[in-house]
Amino acid sequence: MKVTIDGFPIEVEAGTTILNAARMIGGDIVPPAMCYYSKLEGSGGKCRTCLVQVTKGSEKDPRPMPKLVASCRTTVMDGMEVKNITSPEVIEARKGVVEMLLINHPLDCPVCDQAGECHLQDLGYEHGAAKTRYEFDRRTFEKIDIGDKIQLHMTRCILCYRCVFVADQITDHRIHGILNRGDHSEISTYIQKAVDNDFSGNVIDVCPVGALTDKTFRFKNRVWFTKPVEAHRECENPKCCGKVTLWYKGEDVIRVTARKDEYGEAEEFICNTCRFDKKKTSDWVIEGPRKVSHKSVISSNHYDTLHPLPVVKTNPVLIEANKEQFERETRL
Amino acid sequence: MARKLLLEHINVPGINTFDVYRSKGGYAAVEKALKTLTPDEVVEEVKKSGLRGRGGAGFPTGMKWSFLAKPEGVARYLVCNADESEPGTFKDRYLMTYIPHLLIEGMIVASFALGAKTSFIYVRGEMMPQIRILEKAIAEAKAKGFLGKNILGSGYDLELYVQPGGGAYICGEETALLESLEGKRGNPRIKPPFPAIAGLYGCPTVVNNVESIAAVVPIINEGGDEYAKVGIGRSTGTKLISAGGNLKKPGVYEIDLGLPVEEFLYSDEYCGGIANGKRLKAVVAGGSSVPILPANLFMKTINGEGRLMSYESLADGGFVSGTMMGSGGFIAYDEDQCIVRNTWNFARFYHHESCGQCSPCREGTGWMEKVLHRLEYGHGKMSDMDLLVDVSKKIEGNTICPLGDAAAWPVASAIRHFRDEFEWHVTHPHEATTRNFGLAHYADPLPKLEEAAS
Amino acid sequence: MLSVQDTNTPVTFSPELLSKFADVVSRYPEGKQKSALLPILHLVQAEFGWVSAPAMDKVAEYLSIQPIEVYEVASFYTMYFLKPQGKYMLEVCRTGPCEIVGATPIMEHIEKTLGVKEGDVTPDGLFSWRGVECLAACGYGPVLQIGPEYTFYENLTTESVDKLISDLKGKANN
Repeated sequence: MKVTIDGFPIEVEAGTTILNAARMIGGDIVPPAMCYYSKLEGSGGKCRTCLVQVTKGSEKDPRPMPKLVASCRTTVMDGMEVKNITSPEVIEARKGVVEMLLINHPLDCPVCDQAGECHLQDLGYEHGAAKTRYEFDRRTFEKIDIGDKIQLHMTRCILCYRCVFVADQITDHRIHGILNRGDHSEISTYIQKAVDNDFSGNVIDVCPVGALTDKTFRFKNRVWFTKPVEAHRECENPKCCGKVTLWYKGEDVIRVTARKDEYGEAEEFICNTCRFDKKKTSDWVIEGPRKVSHKSVISSNHYDTLHPLPVVKTNPVLIEANKEQFERETRL
Repeated sequence: MARKLLLEHINVPGINTFDVYRSKGGYAAVEKALKTLTPDEVVEEVKKSGLRGRGGAGFPTGMKWSFLAKPEGVARYLVCNADESEPGTFKDRYLMTYIPHLLIEGMIVASFALGAKTSFIYVRGEMMPQIRILEKAIAEAKAKGFLGKNILGSGYDLELYVQPGGGAYICGEETALLESLEGKRGNPRIKPPFPAIAGLYGCPTVVNNVESIAAVVPIINEGGDEYAKVGIGRSTGTKLISAGGNLKKPGVYEIDLGLPVEEFLYSDEYCGGIANGKRLKAVVAGGSSVPILPANLFMKTINGEGRLMSYESLADGGFVSGTMMGSGGFIAYDEDQCIVRNTWNFARFYHHESCGQCSPCREGTGWMEKVLHRLEYGHGKMSDMDLLVDVSKKIEGNTICPLGDAAAWPVASAIRHFRDEFEWHVTHPHEATTRNFGLAHYADPLPKLEEAAS
Repeated sequence: MLSVQDTNTPVTFSPELLSKFADVVSRYPEGKQKSALLPILHLVQAEFGWVSAPAMDKVAEYLSIQPIEVYEVASFYTMYFLKPQGKYMLEVCRTGPCEIVGATPIMEHIEKTLGVKEGDVTPDGLFSWRGVECLAACGYGPVLQIGPEYTFYENLTTESVDKLISDLKGKANN
């Protein structure tokens, strides 16, 4: 099936969603996704950040769709034409959604472990307004403890339901869920219980914000001061792939996560033993440094790698070369 | 006096029992359908009747039925939506309380037409008395052979059950209703797939409002063409209007679609005018989610034509100067009502009822409520009106289900038509907490002045 | 986190209650017993006056589902009380049409008469009250309902509320 997104045509299989077709094309036209997770069945459709405009339904029925649609849950039709960043309506709607996601967000990034790899930060940076129009107290929740490995900060949650899907699909049974309704909805276990299961740690990786973070990494460091290294081990758990990213501070492994692709999704899920208990270099076979986009905050602030740059102000060719050199050198 | 198709026998003593209902010609539609018609012929009659969904959206019922997928070996379901919770609407409660067998009869005929072997009536949990009434009526009908195995010797089997809700407006949305019926949280599903393809338990399902199902009975009895003769244009048949608010005679009225608005509001046959000798200020014509209109725009369209109670006439002028038929929840406001307070009240309702699944509705409804609360209690700002309009636009059309639209429309329309009242609340914050803005020019030309009640 | 009281008080379902459960479950196709959750929670609440955590755990066990699935549902719908209430819970409609015909004065009157705030229980354990959203009786407002059978009282006035409260008190004391 042929689909055109912001003028870029691509051939995809029937049943592909607009979002995945856009990901095949890549680049700026890929809609942001806060709740959709390609590895979790049934996810998506909730956050509304991936809304796009369908200007032509299909070759057979060329009528445009009356409303903006969630690209993560709308499958392509042959001849469909979609506008994402070329549609002013989409940009406006997305701005609105980002504003809604932020009005009750605590904006406690300075003390949030997710800062630096937070999808809401990225989204706010790209689509948000600099000022808020919301003049009321932000929503708060009573703090609850869900065990010694996972930290829950409900105020930061955007209710993407990804952790619920993980518990349903990756772990053997679910003990946390969404309680209450409307804007009082919260992730909870209702009565105090620890979310403890061989694969429960994956809720940390799928959480797009800092609502679920790794207690063993809590306040240890900012992610942009750590060095990510790819590694693997022979995991005893048959369901665990054993492929991870180790996050080093100096000689110490201070955090273990699943490997994430360019959309921030775990490539494969890992077990809690790998995540929480294997924090020595000797536990792992090191593959090499992880590639980090030079645009990512994680690749910046490695002060020790920052060499003073030659001062070239007038020659445009040299300025360009200089930039490239800077980027190369500040990358890991 | 117009003929009543649904409520003809409503005042007959004992009409809520099987025997009296039967003696008044009840269950004739079941006999006719099961003995003389094929399921497809029943669907055809309903298509011919032009019946439009009475729950609010006004989608043609016959067309909805014909969309139902019919794969071999897969069960199909009919679910009646009796989760009546739209502020202003109470017609389904009335119908189920006083003439429950009409709904049961309609369910049997509709289930037959759709090939459903098990059907559910999903009643909101607060209507426990109506649930008991329906359960009793079902038991009566079953005892007389109109439900169960081999109904009237036709070989058709049907089981009918009443399912209580748990208290959630959102379960009136058809996919949320199905989720609730499956024992889950009432989160609307993301469409497609539509229920006609994958509904209850993933099987093809039709969800219809109580009144739509009840209307199938006269359609089968008299024929679709006859039914289509009642009404006007594409608004065929009769409609139950729930009239409430500051009216002399609030209640449920069955009207022929196309009845002049003025007659409905002022004639003694219907609402009998405004209560306590006051004048009409504004009207919500179809339940709280439709745009509110000032009296002058409600009585006459922008072209000066008298408005009619029909889907088209009420929508005349679009959202600029028109409204919608909705579910027929008619709320009249007299000159002493405060539009700001009412808008805040509705915003609180939608905030309370938002399921919280998608972000624009979850966050936006609460935001609107807070701003409106501030306006009502004298702490508003002039910029608040533009803010509200903008927030409502950010919600409208961007949500999973129509609750977002339903929350946005009353706010946007109230500000569109009553902006000076909102501004007055900002400029006169103290006065606004002690008295109401009054009629202003909304009712210009003023409707007839009622004589003061003696 | 909801404040959960008496989480450890064990609950037993009587044979009569269990037979009602079985009757509900029989309506649904094989394997779809979760559909019975809402009706069963109503039955539990009618029996115990509220829905406690141990009761929900039992319901989960009965329906072969995870307890969290029951908590999620019970906390989503407004009719289920997750903490004990008065014997008579007066639920007054406070939405638009009832509001314009005087729901707020009725609620103020109830608060004054009972002497407790919305959601609290009177010291004798007989009454609690709360404002609820539209009860679909807009033509007969103001209205209130009292569970577990959700008896309806229409066209309320302060006098009719007074009478209702004293009638209920009399009924409870007999």
